[in-house]
Amino acid sequence: MLQQADLRDVTRDDTSLRRFLHGLPGVDQVGAESRAALLATRSIKTTAKAWALDIAIRMVDLTTLEGADTPGKVRALCAKARRPDPSDPSAPSVAAVCVYPDLVATAVEAVHGSPVAVASVATAFPSGRASLPTKLHDVKDAVAAGADEIDMVIDRGAFLAGRYLQVFEEIVATKEACGPAHLKVILETGELATLDNARRASWLALLAGGDFVKTSTGKVTPSATPPVALVLLEAVRDFAGATGERRGVKLAGGIRTAKQAVRFLVMVNEVAGEHWLDPSLFRFGASSLLNDLLLQRHKTHTGAYDGPDYVTVE
Amino acid sequence: MSDHEDIGRLPVRKTYKLYVGGAFPRSESGRSYPVTATDGSLLAHAAQASRKDVRDAVVAARKAVAGWSGATAYNRGQVLYRVAEMLEGRREQFASEVAAAEGIPREQAAKQVDAATDRWVYYAGWADKFAQVAGSTDPVAGPYFAFSLPEPTGVVGVLAPQESSLLGLVSVLAPVLTTGNTAVVVASETRPLPAISLAEVLATSDLPGGVVNVITGVTAELAPWLASHRDVNALDLTGAAPGERAALQRAAAENVKRVYVPRDLDWQRDPGTSRLSPFVEIKTVWHPIGI
Repeated sequence: MLQQADLRDVTRDDTSLRRFLHGLPGVDQVGAESRAALLATRSIKTTAKAWALDIAIRMVDLTTLEGADTPGKVRALCAKARRPDPSDPSAPSVAAVCVYPDLVATAVEAVHGSPVAVASVATAFPSGRASLPTKLHDVKDAVAAGADEIDMVIDRGAFLAGRYLQVFEEIVATKEACGPAHLKVILETGELATLDNARRASWLALLAGGDFVKTSTGKVTPSATPPVALVLLEAVRDFAGATGERRGVKLAGGIRTAKQAVRFLVMVNEVAGEHWLDPSLFRFGASSLLNDLLLQRHKTHTGAYDGPDYVTVE
Repeated sequence: MSDHEDIGRLPVRKTYKLYVGGAFPRSESGRSYPVTATDGSLLAHAAQASRKDVRDAVVAARKAVAGWSGATAYNRGQVLYRVAEMLEGRREQFASEVAAAEGIPREQAAKQVDAATDRWVYYAGWADKFAQVAGSTDPVAGPYFAFSLPEPTGVVGVLAPQESSLLGLVSVLAPVLTTGNTAVVVASETRPLPAISLAEVLATSDLPGGVVNVITGVTAELAPWLASHRDVNALDLTGAAPGERAALQRAAAENVKRVYVPRDLDWQRDPGTSRLSPFVEIKTVWHPIGI
């Protein structure tokens, strides 16, 4: 097992970082897919299901990342984040709202006085194609506007070209620019091509101080597939084993149904452990997922199937 | 080689499945139940749907509402007429199935199939005429045009008649489609096979997937889920047992569904517009004159 001292050593220079990342055990892709598929067959019913639906709602980062976002849309989203189900006060609020940096101030004002945090994407989201000073300026803007959490994107071009130290240093610099804000590192696994790369990128982000590793921007398919989630959860589990520090995982993109969400929760429990069944260590980045969670919640409470007429439109 | 002719050919048996969202899935529950002829001999096994199949069917029907209700009435008529064309082409098959299901002579069954095809043509014709009959320009005391138009109700749950396996089914299903609704049909519990064959006809007739969804199984098990489902807009109780109707109506009242309880179950009689009007909403538009 890795020791903390070893981990400090591996980030000393490009060569040792590369040696460490390429020395990580390879991911058996077929094995990862079948393990993920097996975990998806677990049946979660009655009280366990009701618990899972509520915790899943509390783990949602309610997201709007469109060119057409307006202050009005962000305020509506925040109202929904604070009180997802106006007809039922027992429905919990979500973890955070996630917006572009220029709308952070609007969101901060709208969630004021509630437990909902404001997350902002930054560092030239979603492509990450800008110079480091520009990216850091983007981050500082968002933090100054009041963002509690920053979702950065890694430079996939540098990562795929093998310039690991550059990626590492960008994450370190971003973490520093965040100040008190939490940093989530978006790996965009859909562009990393292999699960081996997803594992390497996760470790790279964790070594650099990312508080969360996040699968995707939501702008690229495939996004948060079950095997990718498995690899990220293994990385935070092993990182915690090596250092004693628990870091989080955020799955984003393509998670639309409560059924998918509950399956991921089973995976979190089985792979990382029950400590991770907490909004401080596990999140869903989603928009339409919340409505389906609410519909299923109605179903468990009333016994009758519900329809989209009974939840707010996005 | 000499034995070859004696062996004969193995029959290719059909697996009767559900029809949901344009596909033919098995029941989510994996269940099936034996379907027998009136003399008790086994005809086939049909899928025994569960409440989750009902839920999936409603989701499929909801998805199809925008396309089907948004199609022009003329286009809907054309598609429905196409269904009748396909029915005509399968006349022999349906005659055998209806004869086996209902225990009637083949000639009589063939007449039922012809009547069902004619009924489908009848309703196809109504598609672009019903608005003229059910709609109106309203005389109002002011400088306005006011006109009223029938619009589709949305997703209609249909409990198909238990006795008449094809003519009865067509008589309750076609009018729902004519006015632009989508349907989740619970087929006759003891005679479901012609309904699944009808689904094969629908699947090959330009009818978009999800407009009609056919579920087979125990009506008393499935109907309450359909009646209480908040995303179903109307319910046709034709196939419900008289003793269950009150409970279904109560469940349907939860989201103020339109509920249709038929008085006339003689499928041979000319239906007029009696089954077209229950599943529409009248929209009235006022338009100022001279401004």
